[in-house]
Amino acid sequence: MSTRLPQQAGEWIDREQPLRFSFEGREYAAFEGDTITSALWANGEKALGRSFKYHRPRGILSFANHDINVMVTDGVDTNIRGDVVKVRDGMQLHAVNTSGGVKKDRNRYLDAISALLPVGFYYKAFHTPRQLFPFWENIVRKAAGLGIVNFSFPRITKPKLHRFCNLLVVGAGPAGMAAALAAAEAGLQVFLVDENSELGGSLGYDHAAGSESRMLLADYLHRISNQPNITVFREAYAGAYYTDHLVPVVQSSGITKVRAGSVIVASGAFEQPPVFRNNDLPGVMLGSAAQRLIRRYAIRPFEQGVVLTANTYGYRVALDLIAAGVKILAVVDLRAGGESGNLHDQVAAHGIAIHRGSCVYEAKPAADKLSVAAAVICAYDEQTNSADTRNAFEIPCDGIAMSAGWAGASGLLYQAGTKMRYDDSVQQFIPDNLPEGVFAAGKVNGVFDLQARIDDGVRAAHLALRHLGKPAQDIRAPVHTGSSPSHPYPFVPHAKGKNFVDFDEDLSLKDFSNAAQEGFNNIELMKRFTTVGMGPSQGKHSNMNAIRILAKIRGLPVDKVGTTTSRPFFHPTPIGHLAGRSFHPHRQTAMHTWHKNTGAVFTAVGAWLRPAYYQTAGRSKAENIQQEVLAVRHHAGLIDSSTLGKIEICGPDAAVFLERFYTGSFASQPAGHSRYALLLDESGVIVDDGVVARLSPELFYATTSTANAAAVFREMQRWQQIWQLDIGLVNVTGAYAAMNLAGPQAQAILSKLCPLDLCDTGFPVGAVRETQIQGMAVRIIRVAFVANLAYEIHTSASDAQPLWQAITAAGSPLGLRPFGTEAQRLLRLEMGHLIVGHDTDGLTNPYEIGAEWAIKMEKDFFIGKRSLQIIQKKALKKRLVPFMLANPVSSEMPQECNLVIAGNEIAGRITSIAVSPSCSQTIGLAFVAPELGTPGTHFRIRTDSGAMVEAVVMTIPFISAKEES
Amino acid sequence: MKLLDCPINGTRPISEFVFGGEFRTMPDPGQCSDKAWADYVYNRNGAPGVKMEWWLHSPSGTWFIAERNTLTDEVLRSFLPGKEVAE
Repeated sequence: MSTRLPQQAGEWIDREQPLRFSFEGREYAAFEGDTITSALWANGEKALGRSFKYHRPRGILSFANHDINVMVTDGVDTNIRGDVVKVRDGMQLHAVNTSGGVKKDRNRYLDAISALLPVGFYYKAFHTPRQLFPFWENIVRKAAGLGIVNFSFPRITKPKLHRFCNLLVVGAGPAGMAAALAAAEAGLQVFLVDENSELGGSLGYDHAAGSESRMLLADYLHRISNQPNITVFREAYAGAYYTDHLVPVVQSSGITKVRAGSVIVASGAFEQPPVFRNNDLPGVMLGSAAQRLIRRYAIRPFEQGVVLTANTYGYRVALDLIAAGVKILAVVDLRAGGESGNLHDQVAAHGIAIHRGSCVYEAKPAADKLSVAAAVICAYDEQTNSADTRNAFEIPCDGIAMSAGWAGASGLLYQAGTKMRYDDSVQQFIPDNLPEGVFAAGKVNGVFDLQARIDDGVRAAHLALRHLGKPAQDIRAPVHTGSSPSHPYPFVPHAKGKNFVDFDEDLSLKDFSNAAQEGFNNIELMKRFTTVGMGPSQGKHSNMNAIRILAKIRGLPVDKVGTTTSRPFFHPTPIGHLAGRSFHPHRQTAMHTWHKNTGAVFTAVGAWLRPAYYQTAGRSKAENIQQEVLAVRHHAGLIDSSTLGKIEICGPDAAVFLERFYTGSFASQPAGHSRYALLLDESGVIVDDGVVARLSPELFYATTSTANAAAVFREMQRWQQIWQLDIGLVNVTGAYAAMNLAGPQAQAILSKLCPLDLCDTGFPVGAVRETQIQGMAVRIIRVAFVANLAYEIHTSASDAQPLWQAITAAGSPLGLRPFGTEAQRLLRLEMGHLIVGHDTDGLTNPYEIGAEWAIKMEKDFFIGKRSLQIIQKKALKKRLVPFMLANPVSSEMPQECNLVIAGNEIAGRITSIAVSPSCSQTIGLAFVAPELGTPGTHFRIRTDSGAMVEAVVMTIPFISAKEES
Repeated sequence: MKLLDCPINGTRPISEFVFGGEFRTMPDPGQCSDKAWADYVYNRNGAPGVKMEWWLHSPSGTWFIAERNTLTDEVLRSFLPGKEVAE
């Protein structure tokens, strides 16, 4: 049975393009442009889904994605919103949440025992015994719920675009279109966003059997398409509002982050279902849903039916239904006074009975319970909200259209921080105090008359123009006249219940009174206990009714009950839209390719990838590291230290700057020398250390630790901003590469490559030289971090790999090996050097690591000096000392962070520990109480298992020069 | 996402900025008492209200001071240190 109407102007389907799809195993015909729901309804199917909890059959309610009665799966994607997702040729669809299909769902028995399953039953029923809870949970989860997630869902990355406009208009109904045109004509770049595939909003379907709206819409569409300042986003919803007018516009292809100068929210209103028994039967639908079926998809919603209303809108719906060939048997108006005026007279002229002060007491189901078969009508007392069934009568029908009121689509307004108030003349929450640059127009602003909505849009456009500093007119806000578009309490109590408020969550009227009785009588508590508005449609059709019920229960005005918080997104948005690309950038040094080709096993150091060690055939990790250590001790090693932070400080005040920034003395530093640089924070805590080389009187070259490179440079920039010295700061961390040539043969290797005098007097420890190696400019600093004889060679990143290869070639005959960070940590420990951030923590001061020598207290100022003056007066609390285990480790090796125990008290902790291949001992660094700090003192370490291990305080370096040969 | 005005680079998204803590004037280290210095180093005013804050525009390395109401998250003005008078 097809209910498709003859072709009409403005319909959204393309009759030239028929297509076929299947639903629940049956094949159906549709047209291009049909949604899944419209295609099925056109084929006479009315039971399109099963409800969340009671598995009741459901059909069309809002037909606008304000409910989730029709949710389907295609096997890959699930929870597809049938009302708004277009059907495609060849689709194979099934309803979600059924056991055995939508018509014969085996879980439909749950409806019959619903009295046993009130709100929150599972909290109470399965609370004890606790062991059984997972069992029940499994059953409940399977029976209740939505679609099944297909975990082999293909990963489709969606781009995120950024766009900018002067004005973003949300909603392309009459108010939105009028606002967009007025603003665009005044020269603004306007984005007009609408979730539908065609613009127009209610102009496209709310015709009251007239042609005025259709003509107006045609005119608007013509003007918008000819207006170059308007960019239209169709099938796109403004998902959220974030600070400073950032609105993510969501389309199936991805998200566009729109930054607007101003935002006009003309998002309209959600029609709200009046509440009566069986108001969820397939065939019972909102008036606007019926209109959308007729005008957008040319479908007769039902053959003969009843219109239940409590506002003028219901009469417009009745006229549209009549025009579509529906036989209207009665218009039932909840209001005692009913409707008067032109629309009422037009309906009456069709000879239709209009029952004022009456209600639909209940909808009666057909024998198969899959659709509505009759409406029971009786008198209704608005004052007491009670039905008088003494003269009830039944009208057989296959459809009921309901129009009793609206709730503003004000999610974005709430998110923007709008203060709302309840307006009695329209019985709706409307904006009271809007944030700067955000404006509301149309139904969401409580304006319902068509001309008034257009005027309101123009008014909002001028407010936006003024906000953006453009000439604008003062336009008065329209004032609502006439009857309220929303009924204050459209509820019909029924002894047998099943009068639904929230269709997502199967909540009926009594669930709310029960919740209140149990003490959940605050809107936020009630929401959480009943779960109202927590389903996939997020309360679009239910929150307002829930607030009305609670206000009635508590005897409060609606204003005093308040609303729940509106959060992003406006519609559920696929995770795939929000997810990033798992993009984890790494920094590679200039010699990375060489390392890779030489078997390097990399480790992440911050963003950098560094060789941890080099894998050689047939050796374990530990053996490789040991070989690298021994090579450095006995021959030579080369490590890539390009990840060090490298900063150039130049200018007449460069030395002054460094004197203030670091603890040491730099004014007296001769060119050609480097000095240890220790950085404190203002509280005297050690932040970083490195080396500062003076290349010329006005040029210093500073290194920092890898981890702190960015932070140290930022601090330099900040202090320079305060001190305003005559210097320049350049972060050359990426521009320069560095490598450390270390070991007894280092000098011999380097002498093959450069003409420098490398003897101990010509190039002592701490000296810095600029020279060339095979034509490549290098800076060489003699350091002693991993070995007594070592050269840190810096060069431009572009020369680094050839230089590395030149050194390797020169060194190989002398036993040179590349070494990685693992060996480096061991080597520096053997030398007794600490690593800031590893052997120190966020409270360590220089005295605790014995760095008094690096502090020049006689300077006028350096960062942290004033705090050190205070710290100096206090007793030392702990000291970092080198130690060696007194006995060879027999079973359990102590670990870093194991505690030092004296008596029964904690007296410190291990910060570094390792077995030294060079001195064949277990050595380490530990913080200990000052009285344990003298060389030769024994202390005890508690291992993870609780065993006590004896250690003895040593002096550094652990290795002597004679061990290096 | 918020926008912030960098005195050099103009209005930029907050993701380009790094917060640098509350801006406080350092007492004269040569003159002040230990107590006054400790107060400067350790104590921060946690009460919401209008504060002076350090912000770094990271891509350009510009440190500046923003006057911000931490209750309403409204930035009242931003300026380079020492350039406040010129505003």
